[in-house]
Amino acid sequence: MITHYGYIDGSGEYYIVVDSDKCSGCRKCVIACPEKALELVTEFIDLEDKTVAAIAEEHRKKIRYTCTGCKPETQQTPCISACPSSAISIVWNPR
Amino acid sequence: MADLTKEEFWRWREYHRVMPKKWSKADIITAGVDVGSVGSKAAIMVNGEAYAWGITRTGSNSPESAKKALDYALQDTGLTVGDLKYIVGTGYGRVNVPMANKAITEIACHAKGANYIWGPRVRTVLDVGGQDIKAIKIDETGRVVSFLMNDKCAAGTGRGMEVFADLLQIPIEDIGDISLKVEKEPDPVSCTCVAFAKTEAMGLLRKGWSKEKVLAAYTRAMAVRMANLINRVGYEPELVVTGGQSKNIGIVSRIEVILGVKTLPMPRWREDGLDPMVAGALGAALLGKALYEKAQKA
Amino acid sequence: MITVGMDLGTQRVKAVVLKDGQVVGRSQAFAGFDPTKATEQAVAEALTQANLKLSDVQHFAATGSAMDMAPYEHSTVSMMSADAKAGVSLIPTARTIIDVGAEEARAVRCDERGVMADFVVNERCAAGAGAFIEAMARALEVKLEDMGPLSLKAERASPINASCVIFGESDVVSLIHRQESKPEICRAVFDAMADRVSSMIHRLGVNPDVVLVGGVAKDVGFVASLNRKLGLTVKIPEYPDYVGALGAALIAAGRVKGGA
Repeated sequence: MITHYGYIDGSGEYYIVVDSDKCSGCRKCVIACPEKALELVTEFIDLEDKTVAAIAEEHRKKIRYTCTGCKPETQQTPCISACPSSAISIVWNPR
Repeated sequence: MADLTKEEFWRWREYHRVMPKKWSKADIITAGVDVGSVGSKAAIMVNGEAYAWGITRTGSNSPESAKKALDYALQDTGLTVGDLKYIVGTGYGRVNVPMANKAITEIACHAKGANYIWGPRVRTVLDVGGQDIKAIKIDETGRVVSFLMNDKCAAGTGRGMEVFADLLQIPIEDIGDISLKVEKEPDPVSCTCVAFAKTEAMGLLRKGWSKEKVLAAYTRAMAVRMANLINRVGYEPELVVTGGQSKNIGIVSRIEVILGVKTLPMPRWREDGLDPMVAGALGAALLGKALYEKAQKA
Repeated sequence: MITVGMDLGTQRVKAVVLKDGQVVGRSQAFAGFDPTKATEQAVAEALTQANLKLSDVQHFAATGSAMDMAPYEHSTVSMMSADAKAGVSLIPTARTIIDVGAEEARAVRCDERGVMADFVVNERCAAGAGAFIEAMARALEVKLEDMGPLSLKAERASPINASCVIFGESDVVSLIHRQESKPEICRAVFDAMADRVSSMIHRLGVNPDVVLVGGVAKDVGFVASLNRKLGLTVKIPEYPDYVGALGAALIAAGRVKGGA
């Protein structure tokens, strides 16, 4: 499952994208995130529980404010760099 | 009176329904309990077929709301909680469903429920509620492929449309129809923020625009926004719109035009069909059945 | 040399008269339904203060979101450039300038000459601008100018929905029903604003000194929350709401010199 959390407004489109099929639940992104915006959750996939990274509940509706410290232009944010499975990406289309 | 109408149009009433169906103790009877921030819904399934459901308001106490919804669903069925082979809790209060055997996220349950209500052809679900907008892409089995949730923003939500309707002094239940009463579709308003809509709308009215045209331009902007969300998760036919805004013909028809598709029709839930509002609870009950069978095999 | 800078904001229009690098007149008016006329009034008032006439002005420059409605023959200046130019002229060490206005917030990074290098704009969302504080003041039934002083009395902040004005309003109403104290709700409003504004600054990278301008810079509650959030003391010029107009007047002077 691919989850997108973020926003679309006058300044553009911004989403943090996590692919839970690729995620190994290694926790490296959780540790790397300076805003503590990621956490490990139990995802229910094909009748199995799987521990995967996800945007933490309290940040899910305010990515606009939580994630502005990281420059998406470079695609080298701490979470992306930390992930060994390429499970995290960022969509950023400024207007 | 205006408030009552509003209540009925956007929101919903507490009710429960039992389908004309027979069950025996040998059947696999499962339940899904969906505790949302506003409504708590419970659905009972017999061998994976919808049998009964109940919809109540969520109180301040999640475990109590869950119990209330489940008791309501069980009412007039002759069943008791003890007859349920497996109970799945879902929704925002899912960890607080005391009788549940398992908690599953609402997205997984909503997807499974949409697959059940509209069948395997539904691939994209746009859920526009009172407070948020979600887009979900699912496969033919009802598994979530891609999911998108927007930051908290009133634009396009039921709450946002209410504010805008108040601004133009148009009854909320008419805004869809009125927004379509324009000869030519105007360009969408450039600013979607509900808090700024007042200035924007007043400016347009001063320029001599009719209320209909202003509403059309605003509704168009909301539809463009929602179409963008759908494209972001990756649109695949067929599309269904759920949540309170699925009743707003102005929004739904514009999304259809923008994407060049027809949405799947709503079931006749007021008569004999399934209520889309219990999609999450139905999905939870179905996943409950699958989990029960898996446990039996093991 | 005499130049006039006009800043046509969404709520107020501001005019600054500059004579040989010194501000000799400043005035503002409500934009209302006719920002052109309001600007003419502000310019007339500012010129009167300076004992000057319209015909003395060598160059008019306009900035602000309604700059296309500016009166008189004029050139235009981007809001970011105006902020950078005036910010550095008022506070020479300024490298990050934050402008929080009624409907828009901007953060600009610039060099020692006041030339813009990078910027972030929070546009088309009321949650990031002065409109957020105004809407919450209405919901709280507190005068806008009392919000700041009230918030300073709070020990903690109540939880409110910070990312949308519409949902923030209903949060404030339910906090009132729960009889949370007004100072704590006010503090929450400013903390929420500060969160958003500091997130814009972080996108640019925190480059001291940070200078806060725009109408909201006059709000003590917001300034306290922003300082707390950033862990530093932001610098505020004496007339923060005139910074845009001053920047336009300064750039106008440069254009006269450059023969433009």
